[in-house]
Order: sequence, then structure tokens, then C-alpha cells
Amino acid sequence: MWVYEKKLQYPVKVSKCDTRMAKFLTEQYGGADGELSAALRYLNQRYTIPDRVIGLLTDIGTEEFAHLEMIATMVYKLTKDANAHQMMTAGLGAHYANHDKALYYNNAEGVPWTASYIQAKGDPLADLYEDIAAEEKARATYQWLIDMTDDVDLQDSLKFLREREIIHALRFREAVEIIKADREQKKVY
Amino acid sequence: MDEQPLQEDRPTGSAQPASANFETYRRELEQLQKIDFVLYELTLYLDTHPTDMQAIQQYNQLTQSRKSMAQAFELKFGPLMAYGQSFTRYPWQWIQTPWPWQV
Amino acid sequence: MNNGQLREWYPFISPYDPCPPVRVKTYVVPPNQYIVFQPSNLPQFPLDEALFRGTLWPALYSNYQPGTGN
Repeated sequence: MWVYEKKLQYPVKVSKCDTRMAKFLTEQYGGADGELSAALRYLNQRYTIPDRVIGLLTDIGTEEFAHLEMIATMVYKLTKDANAHQMMTAGLGAHYANHDKALYYNNAEGVPWTASYIQAKGDPLADLYEDIAAEEKARATYQWLIDMTDDVDLQDSLKFLREREIIHALRFREAVEIIKADREQKKVY
Repeated sequence: MDEQPLQEDRPTGSAQPASANFETYRRELEQLQKIDFVLYELTLYLDTHPTDMQAIQQYNQLTQSRKSMAQAFELKFGPLMAYGQSFTRYPWQWIQTPWPWQV
Repeated sequence: MNNGQLREWYPFISPYDPCPPVRVKTYVVPPNQYIVFQPSNLPQFPLDEALFRGTLWPALYSNYQPGTGN
């Protein structure tokens, strides 16, 4: 089950009032390679993955929710004090018309989140390779987001999230090795 | 707008810290974030390296330090968790600001 | 600084390209590409520093300079 701790995993700071970034950061909120996709993908796969790897999928999936909260924090800080005109100037006019300043699970272009972004094939290698690919895609997205801002404090949080993707990808590769070893030893999953 | 905020929205007790207290809060929260991060890293590492004795020892030692650090933090600033994981004073502290995205 | 994580390549440039050409493109190859299974007892960052690095282990750290991924 899940229990919530009342603190961010990383101290998110946003120093520049550049509301345009909120639109782009949303890509990692409700986008295909974003944190919601990651969390739901891993937590869903863990029901049918071999036992030895369930812990890892549970723990990475849970961490992704913490990252989702970090992205939400960035968007919240950048939009909470904006008025309608500032939202429009920031490219968030369409969003504002529907949602006011509420966050929503869509990508940077406004496309709503869909379960089509995630897969669960039931085959451990297929599932783990999808996870590795997802982590690399998220890493790349964070690179582009870092490129887009000159707010050093915002960059710090994005660099943290990028490094986490690198570590997660490594852990999933290790999980692949664990799965491969199981096959050689002819264990029953 | 000059309306009085509703009673429910008005901060209660230590919920709306003064500036110096807020800095202390932020700083001590960061200390907890630092140790919790190392523990999360070790957790993921141990998930794929369950027989690394040295890592297990480090994990348990840091967990011990973490528990006392969190307890001291909560005595000052209120519960980090609900659901029976942390204690509370009166009135119910869990719902007080700031929430993590507001800090 | 980036411990050899950066790669360069030189895209083909046509004399008919309308815009000023980008002559060198870069991409990052992070440490997870070389380590299949993390060995035990890797040196760690000081516990105070790990959070801000995003990892406990320097061998797994990838510094990203804005603009280098492209």
C-alpha cells in the first residue's frame, strides 16, 4: 500500500518567474515519457514480473510519484501567481480557459495522458527493456528542458531528475541480468 | 480583495512560521532530504544486490540516524506522516501548511 | 569534467542549406552504458553531497552542461 510523506524528495527551487517553462515542464507531468507514465508503468508491471525483481519495480515506481510531485511543484510555483493575461503570454491560454491554474495530466502540447503510453507484455525481458527505454527517453527530455531554461535553481532540480533516470536505467539493466541468470538456473518464477 | 479569510483557512498554531522559523524549517528539512536520499539510493541498490553486507550495514546505520533525526524534526515542526506513522499534537497537525510544493 | 561522456559528430552540410549550418553535434553517453552490473564497494560521495548529485556514487554521475545533448 502507499503512505505519503510530507516532504519533497529534493528541495525544488524556482528563482525566475518564467511562466513559459511551466508549459514545457508539463511534458514530464502528463507526457508519454514523463513521471506519471513511469510510475504507472512500473507499478503495473510488478504484478507479473518474476518475484526477485518485484521489489525494484515497486521502489522505482514509488520514486517516480515523488518525481511527479517535484514537477508539479515547479509548475505550481510558476503559475500560482499568474493572471489570465500572463497565462496567455506564457502560451498557457488554452490551458487556462479549461483549467484556470489547475494542473492537468497532459503533455506540453496539451494532449491528455493516455494508458497507450505504457506497456505490459507479461514477458520479463520485454517489460524490462521497455522500462530501460523509458528511462533513457526521460533522461533525454530532461536534457532538453535544462537547455530551455537559464534559471540555475530550476536546472538543479532537472539535473537531479536526469541523474535519477540514469540510475534507474542501470537498475533495470541489472534486473535483466538477474532475469537472465534465473533462466540459466532453470528456476521457476 | 479585503475579505476576512474563513476560519478554516486561517493558519493555526505553528502552521504559518515567521521568516526566521521558515528558514530553519527549510534547512532542517533539507538535512532530512539528504539522508533520506542516500537511504533511497541504498534501497534501490540492495534491491539488485541483496547480499552486499557492507551496504546492508550502512543502510541499517543510516536508518538508525534517520529515525532520531526525523523524530527531532517532527517534535519541532509537526508530523511528516499520518496513518499512525507519526504523532500529533492538538489540533490535528497533519493538515497544517506548508505542503511540500508550497515550501 | 564530463569524464569522456560526450561524443561529437559532424553532420553533412549542403551548400544549398538555407540557414547557417551547425557543424558539430554532440550527444551524451552516460555511465550506465558501460556498467552492466554495479560492482560493490564503489567509492561514494560525502553523504551531505549525494542528494545534490542525484546519486551516491561518483562513478555513476553524469554532469550535464546545457546545450551539450544536442
